[in-house]
Amino acid sequence: MNLVTNNKWIGQRTIRPDGMDKVTGRAQFAADTTMPGMIWGKVLRSPHPHARIRSIDTSKAEKLPGVRAVVTARDIVDFPIANGAVMLGIQDMRWMCRNVMARDKALFPGHPIAAVAATTEAIAAEACKLIEVDYEVLPWSIEIDDAIKPDAPVLHEFNKFDGKPSNIAGRLEHKKGDIAGGFKKADIVIERTFTTRPVHQGYIEPHACLISVAPDGKTTIWSSSQGQFMVRAMTAYLTGIPQSDIRAIPAEIGGGFGGKTIVYLEPLATLLAKKSGRPVKMVMTREEVMRATGPTSGSKSTVKIGATKDGKIVAAHGTFYLQAGAFPGSPIRGAAGCSFTPYDIPNLLSEGFDVCSNRSKVAAYRAPGAPIGAYAVECVMDEVAEALKMDPLDFRLKNAAKEGTKAAHGPVFPRIGYIETVEAAKSSPHYAAPLGDGHGNPRGRGVASGFWFNAGGESSAQVNITEDGNVVVTTGHPDIGGSRAGIANICAELLGIDYRRVSVIIGDTQTIGFSNLTGGSRVLFASSIVVTQSTEKIIQTLRERAAKIWEIDPEAVKWENGAAHPVSPNAGQFEPLTLEELAEKAPAMGGPIGAGVQLNTTGADGGFGTHVCDVEVDVDLGIARVIRYTAVQDVGRAIHPGYVEGQLQGGVAQGIGWALNEEYIYTREGKVDNPGFLDYRMPVCSDLPMLDCIMVEVPNPKHPQGVKGVGEVPLVPVMAAVANAIYNALGKRFYALPMSPPKVLEVLEAPTREAAE
Amino acid sequence: MTELRYLAPDTLDEAIGAFAKAGSAARILAGGTDLLVQMRSGVLKPGVIVDIKKIPEMMGIEQTADGGFRIGAAVSGMALAEHKSFSKVWPGVLEAVNLIGSKQVQGRASAGGNLCNGSPAGDSVPAMVAAGAIVTVQGPNGRREMKVEDVPAGPGRTNLKPGEILVSFALPPRPPGSSDAYLRMIPRTEMDIAVVGVGVSLTIKDGTVTAARVGLGAVAPTVLLVEDAAKALIGSKLDDAALAKAAAACSAACRPIDDKRGTIAYRTKVAGVLLKRTAAIAAQRATQKN
Repeated sequence: MNLVTNNKWIGQRTIRPDGMDKVTGRAQFAADTTMPGMIWGKVLRSPHPHARIRSIDTSKAEKLPGVRAVVTARDIVDFPIANGAVMLGIQDMRWMCRNVMARDKALFPGHPIAAVAATTEAIAAEACKLIEVDYEVLPWSIEIDDAIKPDAPVLHEFNKFDGKPSNIAGRLEHKKGDIAGGFKKADIVIERTFTTRPVHQGYIEPHACLISVAPDGKTTIWSSSQGQFMVRAMTAYLTGIPQSDIRAIPAEIGGGFGGKTIVYLEPLATLLAKKSGRPVKMVMTREEVMRATGPTSGSKSTVKIGATKDGKIVAAHGTFYLQAGAFPGSPIRGAAGCSFTPYDIPNLLSEGFDVCSNRSKVAAYRAPGAPIGAYAVECVMDEVAEALKMDPLDFRLKNAAKEGTKAAHGPVFPRIGYIETVEAAKSSPHYAAPLGDGHGNPRGRGVASGFWFNAGGESSAQVNITEDGNVVVTTGHPDIGGSRAGIANICAELLGIDYRRVSVIIGDTQTIGFSNLTGGSRVLFASSIVVTQSTEKIIQTLRERAAKIWEIDPEAVKWENGAAHPVSPNAGQFEPLTLEELAEKAPAMGGPIGAGVQLNTTGADGGFGTHVCDVEVDVDLGIARVIRYTAVQDVGRAIHPGYVEGQLQGGVAQGIGWALNEEYIYTREGKVDNPGFLDYRMPVCSDLPMLDCIMVEVPNPKHPQGVKGVGEVPLVPVMAAVANAIYNALGKRFYALPMSPPKVLEVLEAPTREAAE
Repeated sequence: MTELRYLAPDTLDEAIGAFAKAGSAARILAGGTDLLVQMRSGVLKPGVIVDIKKIPEMMGIEQTADGGFRIGAAVSGMALAEHKSFSKVWPGVLEAVNLIGSKQVQGRASAGGNLCNGSPAGDSVPAMVAAGAIVTVQGPNGRREMKVEDVPAGPGRTNLKPGEILVSFALPPRPPGSSDAYLRMIPRTEMDIAVVGVGVSLTIKDGTVTAARVGLGAVAPTVLLVEDAAKALIGSKLDDAALAKAAAACSAACRPIDDKRGTIAYRTKVAGVLLKRTAAIAAQRATQKN
């Protein structure tokens, strides 16, 4: 692999290939596809948080005029618990088959019980009401403290923890050194407990699909997801249709943030289409999205950090309890594995506990688990720095992980860029600027760091030269963060042509090789490796073709600026042969020019970020507003800086929402009380200042262009940065999210009330 | 499946006839920013929709000879903003109407719809209560007038009789030294629903408040007229003691609930905070030289 230098397109803010379609409304999202003869599917959902399903009678619904098919759990392929795990990526199909349709028990309000397809949406909805379900309503728990009580109602009786039926579905630990001995050496030890609420990814586009099953079983799926191959595999598993018969076509995606790495509707719509013989369309309402699709976990974390007087951390212990929702699988790996990773801590124990409870099954959300853990760790870091009377960035620098540091989760770090992010934050104009006058409203500044693993994995690419000498690149990953624009820059750079001559498309499951889903900040890292190798093969072909025409040795031909040239005058005197000319001559010179590469990529390096946040607090109303924010991140190499900044800003915006207002609120009956964007308060534009970005580039030596994943790190430090800023403003620590106005005011008023009593 | 009939009469009499005839199955459509949302979410399934936007009286803004205003019930917030003198006389009413929803929503949403939706958190209502607006309603038994604060009956309900339609708001003429203001507390900066909303209307002569009205929203089943707060302000020079007394009166008037939007303690405290801030803005507007 050759490292490209003196770049023309890499590092340029080129026009995004999907931009025109999106701003003009032409882009086809999942719900935009229709077919002749199409009918509509609707889901009947459990009203109860926890209930045994004694029976389901669908006969009245089936008789309603216009109803074409009804499916229940009986129609879904079962993966019996006793047979053990059947893993697809990080998902166990035993849980997936029970999540898409309740089997024996309903485990959260919104859990699918049955699905109906009818000629109109209204008839399908009416038919759902005619389905009679006999429930035995069971006691339930949602909050972690309730779910881990000894007498808590247990969701999955087969699950044992310490030998007894339990909602604790798993424990994970990362260990290094001797924490008891380490804490003995500490001059200062601070231990705090934190809670966070479940928050939703908040993608604008609800889950939707259109599915056609032909009489011969050939199935076509149009849906929006973070992985058409994941959609194909899960649908195959849950319906019994072989993967070779399922063509999953990725629609343009209206946001995923991890939440579209699993399926909800596709298996149901496939079975309805198969039963009815008609194409079936299903579109979730926002309420269904909020009730039944994965938010991330609520959590309870305890973090203890011990340091010596000179500012060296000697020991740390974290316990992270995360809600999994109805089925095992909360992101404890991210919480326990990432939270302490920016620091070189000799004695460390980081434990994660996976807790089931009666709410929807969690789905991945941007660095799953890591922001939850980092919130607790980075808030305690702030307290320790304060106790040591050290600048919080200096405290981090003193303990920073670097090349050679062994992380508790296993790896010994190669060259990493964490220190550079702290130094860039420290020397940023933001960190040097005074806080300014809040006109009576206190202001404060906070900092925090964060880490995310980043991933590699399977990618496939096909690069073809068109007959007119332009380029079509097909990859297999839905583009949720600018991968098409990045790939166009890289391919244009390698071929030495204008990036506008490179068209990048996302193939469907039957036209491009297997590509793992879009997640783990892996897509540009992995797909640019296979695109680079494919393009290099093409360049080799082009050199061979020119050599043949010139009747010289291929080694005597170089590829430069979009054309073949003799390497030196000694090789011969020939006019360059351009890509267009070689494409035109292709039929006579050996045929079409194209190359594909498929790999399981390795060498993804983790990513680090350090953030600086200023807040202003209206102390009479309890409103904290972020007034200035700078996100610093080691981005490896910014292939398309505009998109990289967009990733940083997007992560920060989501984190500010998580910190200040977003939360799932439950009624006394255990139902989500705010299943919509009015009362589930994500930030709007006017809530945020310009989010400044500082991109630190420490190239990944194991990648041809130096790429590191960038999409997930920027959410990790945010809640702690905001919390530390609020402390700096008010002199009061908050140990729970969100720091919404009623909660801020409650803390502000607390001492007065105590004094009065 | 139930059928939905849409009617768009040109006259008030036709509208009332159709509305009364359809009974409880009928709904009035002004901007539709509540109605259409409720229909789409399945909360409401009306059989008849009577669109009142073709009726001139519903869509007019008229400055009366005495300096008062008559505003048609279906006038949108943006139309009100474009009127040449309304914003000078009633800046608080205007800012309240134009806090409803987003810019796009404000091009459709009307004060009449906001009032008849019956939400205790409707933004325009406390400002209209503070302004002392009188509404005209018309039904099968003719026209009558009501104080705006008498219209809401509870969340989602009004005291309009079956078949009655809200026709217009009348705002009284303003003596010199008068102005108004509206503030609400929302966790975000826009596109949100009031956790508490306060409207204050003041008349100030030689630095002393000679008339005041206070409307308080989102803290009780209906928007409240807080007479004790007004009494605390009248006769004062808006000194700290008077403002504290008025704020306390607002907090005392609260009969809120704990819900997903705020706690009882929070709403009670914020009602007082907002009274002080709103009164200060209204006073500043009332005393500034044009």
